[in-house]
Amino acid sequence: MSDFSEELKGPVTDDEVETSVLTGAGMHFPWLQTYVETVAIGGKRKKDFAQTTSACLSFVQEALLKHQWQQAAEYMYSYFQTLEDSDSYKRQAAPEIIWKLGSEILFYHPKSNVETFSTFADRMKNIGVMNYLKISLQHALYLLHHGMLKDAKRNLSEAETWRHGENTSSRGILINLIQAYKGLLQYYTWSKKKMELSKLDKDDYAYNAVAQDVFNHSWKTSANISALIKIPGVWDPFVKSYVEMLEFYGDRDGAQEILYQIVPSHKLMLEFHTLLRKSEKEEHHKLGLEVLFGVLDFAGCTKNITAWKYLAKYLKKTLMGNHLAWVQDEWNSRKNWWPNFHFSYFWAKSDWKEDTALACEKAFVAGLLLGKGCRYFRYILKQDHQILGKKIKRMKRSVKKYSIVNPRLSY
Amino acid sequence: MDLEEAEEFKERCSQCAAVSWGLTDEGKYYCTSCHNVTERSQEVINTDLIPNTQIKALNRGLKKKNNSEKGWDWYVCEGFQNILCQQAEALKNLGIGPELKNDVLHNFWKRYLQKSKQAYCKNPVYTTGRKPTVLEDNLSHSDWASEPELLSDVSCPPFLESGAESQSDIHTRKPFPISKASQSETSVCSGSLDGVEYSQRKEKGIVKMTVPQTLAFCYLSLLWQREAITLSDLLRFVEEDHIPYINAFQHFPEQMKLYGRDRGIFGIESWPDYEDIYKKTIEVGTFLDLPRFPDITEDCYLHPNILCMKYLMEVNLPDEMHNLTCHVVKMTGMGEVDFLTFDPIAKMAKTVKYDVQAVAIIVVVLKLLFLLDDNLEWSLSNLAEKHNEKNKKDKPWFDFRKWYQIMKKAFDEKKQKWEEARAKYLWKSEKPLYYSFVDKPVAYKKREMVVNLQKQFSTLVDSTATAGKKSPSSFQFNWTEEDTDRTCFHGHSLQGVLKEKGQSLLTKNSLYWLSTQKFCRCYCTHVTTYEESNYSLSYQFILNLFSFLLRIKTSLLHEEVSLVEKKLFEKKYSVTKKKSRSKKARRH
Repeated sequence: MSDFSEELKGPVTDDEVETSVLTGAGMHFPWLQTYVETVAIGGKRKKDFAQTTSACLSFVQEALLKHQWQQAAEYMYSYFQTLEDSDSYKRQAAPEIIWKLGSEILFYHPKSNVETFSTFADRMKNIGVMNYLKISLQHALYLLHHGMLKDAKRNLSEAETWRHGENTSSRGILINLIQAYKGLLQYYTWSKKKMELSKLDKDDYAYNAVAQDVFNHSWKTSANISALIKIPGVWDPFVKSYVEMLEFYGDRDGAQEILYQIVPSHKLMLEFHTLLRKSEKEEHHKLGLEVLFGVLDFAGCTKNITAWKYLAKYLKKTLMGNHLAWVQDEWNSRKNWWPNFHFSYFWAKSDWKEDTALACEKAFVAGLLLGKGCRYFRYILKQDHQILGKKIKRMKRSVKKYSIVNPRLSY
Repeated sequence: MDLEEAEEFKERCSQCAAVSWGLTDEGKYYCTSCHNVTERSQEVINTDLIPNTQIKALNRGLKKKNNSEKGWDWYVCEGFQNILCQQAEALKNLGIGPELKNDVLHNFWKRYLQKSKQAYCKNPVYTTGRKPTVLEDNLSHSDWASEPELLSDVSCPPFLESGAESQSDIHTRKPFPISKASQSETSVCSGSLDGVEYSQRKEKGIVKMTVPQTLAFCYLSLLWQREAITLSDLLRFVEEDHIPYINAFQHFPEQMKLYGRDRGIFGIESWPDYEDIYKKTIEVGTFLDLPRFPDITEDCYLHPNILCMKYLMEVNLPDEMHNLTCHVVKMTGMGEVDFLTFDPIAKMAKTVKYDVQAVAIIVVVLKLLFLLDDNLEWSLSNLAEKHNEKNKKDKPWFDFRKWYQIMKKAFDEKKQKWEEARAKYLWKSEKPLYYSFVDKPVAYKKREMVVNLQKQFSTLVDSTATAGKKSPSSFQFNWTEEDTDRTCFHGHSLQGVLKEKGQSLLTKNSLYWLSTQKFCRCYCTHVTTYEESNYSLSYQFILNLFSFLLRIKTSLLHEEVSLVEKKLFEKKYSVTKKKSRSKKARRH
């Protein structure tokens, strides 16, 4: 036995190595972890530079948590050197980290002001090309927060025309957001001018000029927003402003068209759904399904158990009623993002922990839309519950029968 | 036109048959009597390789077109020489005598160059068509004058304080050709002439120079002079920036450009590790074929008796413990001259870890007195406390618990500050290292960006908070009797843990546990390993405290403690050895 334990003292190198010991619970090889880590960095020991900069990062984060802005700034001073890291991967990731932490500090630090923040933002924007849009957007929001609308709008305009950097999907989304906020700002300016206009008399010499100005603004806004709302997403606040503008100019048809196109994501819609459900007309039934899906697009409604209950029941009813096409219509535009948005493994665990009833309803919907193999459904199925156990079993049967993924469906 | 004579050119002038030559501004020979200009030009291309005293003269004659982009030509070993120079200067500023720089270190370095065939030898190692002919040299009468041409004097102030007697030798030197073609190839990849080649060089039996190795040279010199600086002190001074190491290349002359492969050679981004430098010290000592070093006797700072006293004071332990440490030193034979003195050529195990050994001895003594089994030390403390309360006028008995509380607090504070200082350490130098000329503007721009950002944030930081650079000190903890906030235990008595038996003193504690039961017999470098959870909390604390003091790994200290115990309890170990041997015999 004594010889055996000696052999277990694995290979020993210059690096930090601890022995392995046969503990009661099994074998323990702490030195193995170090090896695994060194494989990732090519077998070389981690440099002190890497160690101290990551310690510095922890100190900054700790200081931020404790609202110790002075300390955070001190550590930040030293953290800037990661921009010159010889490790190219870390060097590329540095600007974003520095922006996030630095902007946080500058937002709260008593000695900081808008000018300091703006200088910092302008500097960080121009390090590399990857961060320009994101920082511009956040910078604009900061300026908005401080009531500097003109500067914010200028920022957004500059950012809108940014053409460098890769054409990734996130870049597209950022540009949309930038345009949206710009549109909103333009709407706000329009709204203010409209107020001015309403105070003026028609005969006032300035009236025409102001009216023209107002019209120009509205044109710009409408150009922005009309393009935007064609892109899938939840644009409610922007839509409202757009519609108001259209209405003002007497374009009721235009306004109506928008309102019909877009399904608002609001709880009131659930009531609307109930009404639709009770109606006789088939097109209302179809709309009812649309409305439900629309509500659950909204991040604020993800935990709304009523919405899920309705959707679960209604989906089953729709599928039983042989309206697979309706479901497929709605699902097609959502199947790329709903699984991660609603039905990830993380949500399964967290929903079950918080509210088992909600989890059940969601699981049912998941099963119907994604099939019995999906993560969410399987997780819930595995859970043991006294009350809901039977319901879950029934759910399983229905899913087997009606899931749209099910090849047995006769269509 | 220059009136200096170009002595190396010995031809007769075609017009006046005189042998009296000078150099034109373009570097061509011209006859000083009839001013006939020849087409022959001087072959020495680089003026920089000739010492200061001659530069004035030749510069006027032979102005090499100094491309500010490229700077001077320099070799990697010149860079190391410069760094060693800086380090020696720093040591001088710490109070070390100048002989270290001028004699000891200089000689070691020259010997290294000779052994590694980079200079002072018949065929120096430079490949790629560059074979300078250099005077053969003898280490015995080397002085600054016969420094090989390869080592440019201008890149480093002369080792000797006076370097003026060099002129006579200059004219006897032969110039050497440098093939220009190969220059342009290498200059793309490194600022130094041989940077690329150097990093690829892999000669068997030659110890290649690196930046950590400069510290090995420093330590060898310190050891030779038996100075009062241990290896851990040296490395701590490096960490605290009192000795150039990280970014030492920043202080190279402006014209010595570093880029490309030089980065890998000179751009260090880690602090030196004790074990690493220790190994290198032995490696270099052996490579240089050094003789036995001057003896470490009882009056040397590095002798365990003295070092133990130093460390006992530093961790606030009673002076009376010194008697015990001396006793252990005697019993284990660790105070013997032959044991302590470094002899690279001898085949015995090298033992130059004076600081670690001294501290290990203290740990053993603590174990002897207090057992450190998470039990006895606290009961003994209770006794001490009771006694001290009753006898307030006497010399207090040493109370382990009180000591632990005070020491732990001081240690935690110090460690926290140390970690914070490390997290804030600025690695990147003002002189950015770049890959190539193409990369240079990007690197400079980045640096500018960082500096601007730092400037902006420094306005947010309270300027009074940034403490000035600490002056270097041998002691990290200081304890005085007058300090009423923190008890000083130096004068406390060990009466509480010792008892008289006849004429001698015995420890009240009669037990002991060995840090290691079995030593590793395989070919690995470690004798034993340290798994924290197997040991008492007191022992862990003691190890952590001392390891922090020396900036070494706890496993290293633990190993040293085990080795001290092995010497001390030799009998015990040989008994167990016999037992296992007989077991084996039975099996077969």
